[in-house]
Amino acid sequence: MDYATLIQILDSTLRLATPLLLACLAGLYSERAGIFDIGLEGKMLMAAMASGAVAAVTGSAWAGLGAGILASLLLGAVHGLASITFRGNQLISGVALNFVASGVTVLVAQSLFGQGGRTPPLSGDARFNPITLPFAEAVKDVPLIGPFYFEVLSGHSILVYAALALVPLTWWVLFRTRFGLRLRAVGENPAAVDTAGVSVKGLRWAAVAITGVLCGIAGAYMATALQAGFGKEMTAGRGYIALAALIFAKWRPVAALWACLLFGFFQALATRTDVVEGLVGMKVPVPFLDALPYILTVVVLAGFIGKAIPPRAGGEPYVKER
Amino acid sequence: MTLMKTLFCASAVTALTAGLASAEPAIIFDLGGKFDKSFNEAAFNGASKWASETGGTFKELEMQSEAQREQALRRLAESGANPVVMTGFAFGDVLNQVAPDFPDTKFAIIDMVVDQPNVKSVVFNEHEGSYLVGMMAGLASKTGTVGFIGGMDIPLIRKFGCGYAQGVKAVNPDATIVLNMTGTTPAAWNDPVKGAELTKGQKAQGADVIYAAAGGTGVGVLQAAADEGILSIGVDSNQNYMHPGKVLTSMLKRVDNAVYEAFKEGTDLKPGINVMGLANDGVGYALDENNAPLVTDEMKATVDAAAEKIKSGEIAVHDYMADNTCPAATF
Repeated sequence: MDYATLIQILDSTLRLATPLLLACLAGLYSERAGIFDIGLEGKMLMAAMASGAVAAVTGSAWAGLGAGILASLLLGAVHGLASITFRGNQLISGVALNFVASGVTVLVAQSLFGQGGRTPPLSGDARFNPITLPFAEAVKDVPLIGPFYFEVLSGHSILVYAALALVPLTWWVLFRTRFGLRLRAVGENPAAVDTAGVSVKGLRWAAVAITGVLCGIAGAYMATALQAGFGKEMTAGRGYIALAALIFAKWRPVAALWACLLFGFFQALATRTDVVEGLVGMKVPVPFLDALPYILTVVVLAGFIGKAIPPRAGGEPYVKER
Repeated sequence: MTLMKTLFCASAVTALTAGLASAEPAIIFDLGGKFDKSFNEAAFNGASKWASETGGTFKELEMQSEAQREQALRRLAESGANPVVMTGFAFGDVLNQVAPDFPDTKFAIIDMVVDQPNVKSVVFNEHEGSYLVGMMAGLASKTGTVGFIGGMDIPLIRKFGCGYAQGVKAVNPDATIVLNMTGTTPAAWNDPVKGAELTKGQKAQGADVIYAAAGGTGVGVLQAAADEGILSIGVDSNQNYMHPGKVLTSMLKRVDNAVYEAFKEGTDLKPGINVMGLANDGVGYALDENNAPLVTDEMKATVDAAAEKIKSGEIAVHDYMADNTCPAATF
């Protein structure tokens, strides 16, 4: 594998890791607050459809992004209502929302545009176009670092940089602010938070809302930046891979970045079977590469690489003592 | 009492009309969905053409999950629809079990051979059509490297890839052909993001013409190819219009004709195997105002000459599904 190929794969890695990263951080907020969210996939799908549709109608990618976030927030609100307010089973609510999203997206897109559950192809300002980072042209010819900066780091849509910036921001919010401390506490021991006079429901609702916003960005990224429109089931299981990445990262934001980049790297490798063949010296079946994220997650869950301990109160609705 | 009588009459009338209407044909679309801009949409167009010409109506059903197959088929057959047409190889096993239970109903299956006395099997010589677009890709490529992106890795899709590879080699024996499959599950038909990444990966390997035989994933391939400034080739339906001037051509598989014929024959559907190839216009390549500037006269002449030779049997394009090997490419 030469350097140019590596650059190409890393470039692809960053593109593929971005929706994973956004969904993974979304899940992080929710699960740290004690709300399991299987419905990341559905939220992303809903956001992809809404952003594709609104961007097609208004011709503005930003309007599309807003619509995507709203649509995702809507699903998040249903999840919150079911699992926080009515103390239902969080997993069932999430699975149900995934089914709803899978059907509703196609139905709405079909009735709006009549193009078979697709949104019309976007072009120009209706898409988030690649932006060139400062000095990218200037350092292009510097050996090693130049191509890396120009090809891998530069030339992505603004949402990619937003996703990367969210990693330190999330770390800061969770570990350096009062809100973050309370959020983590509510996922570990909600009774203690309640005793301290802080609203458990309020914190959990806030977490679910943040999850909605982040999934909305992830969906909009897929429909209006990576692709030029929404297509049926276009998230293709990325919400589940993000959940796997979350476990792999042991519910920590910086580790989540590396986990998503690693899983994105596997996905990028799966598109370059020739490179894998060259490296390993034999033909590696593509399904094996596709399955690697899950295999690694199982390895982590089995306790081979440290121990993955989920937030203690995760999945349990909080019942106020009387 | 009178009320009872009215009700009785009403139900008798409904039963009667139901009986009359039940002779209408039915079509089941496979998991790609009715509007995949490709295979299933072609089938839908054929059915619509029949409906608008005869003024008749037809029943339709879109599959949502693998588990519904048998249930969907039985329900349509029980409702009295005749004939029942289904698109997609995946119905093969199910139809083999269901067909004997409804001896008076005629079935037609596209892309699969089912040996039952009341089943018409329509198969296409996709390798012949793919051979022609492969020749065009070979002639249009400046780098000498062309790509193929399949959907789910099944023998049928390899048949497309194999015919394509043979066509490319026919005009440029030194050409490199990059082959990729999107996945091994039905989700591979609907992953445009992965399709786009595969396209970018193939471009990095030097490919400048990419043939997508991947259902909804192909939309992502065509989009990425247009974004990256390289050419793509559509499949099944004419997809030239999706990115005018950037789609070299489309391999046409006249599923619409097959469905139209089946509906037209109605209950007199003739069971047996029906092979649709170049000779009877079952496959071909698309040429319209969207790709006219891309197709040179020389290209057209070469491809048309090859088409004539295939029709006359002078050129035999190897069918991957005949022996699961391909002389021009390895999968």
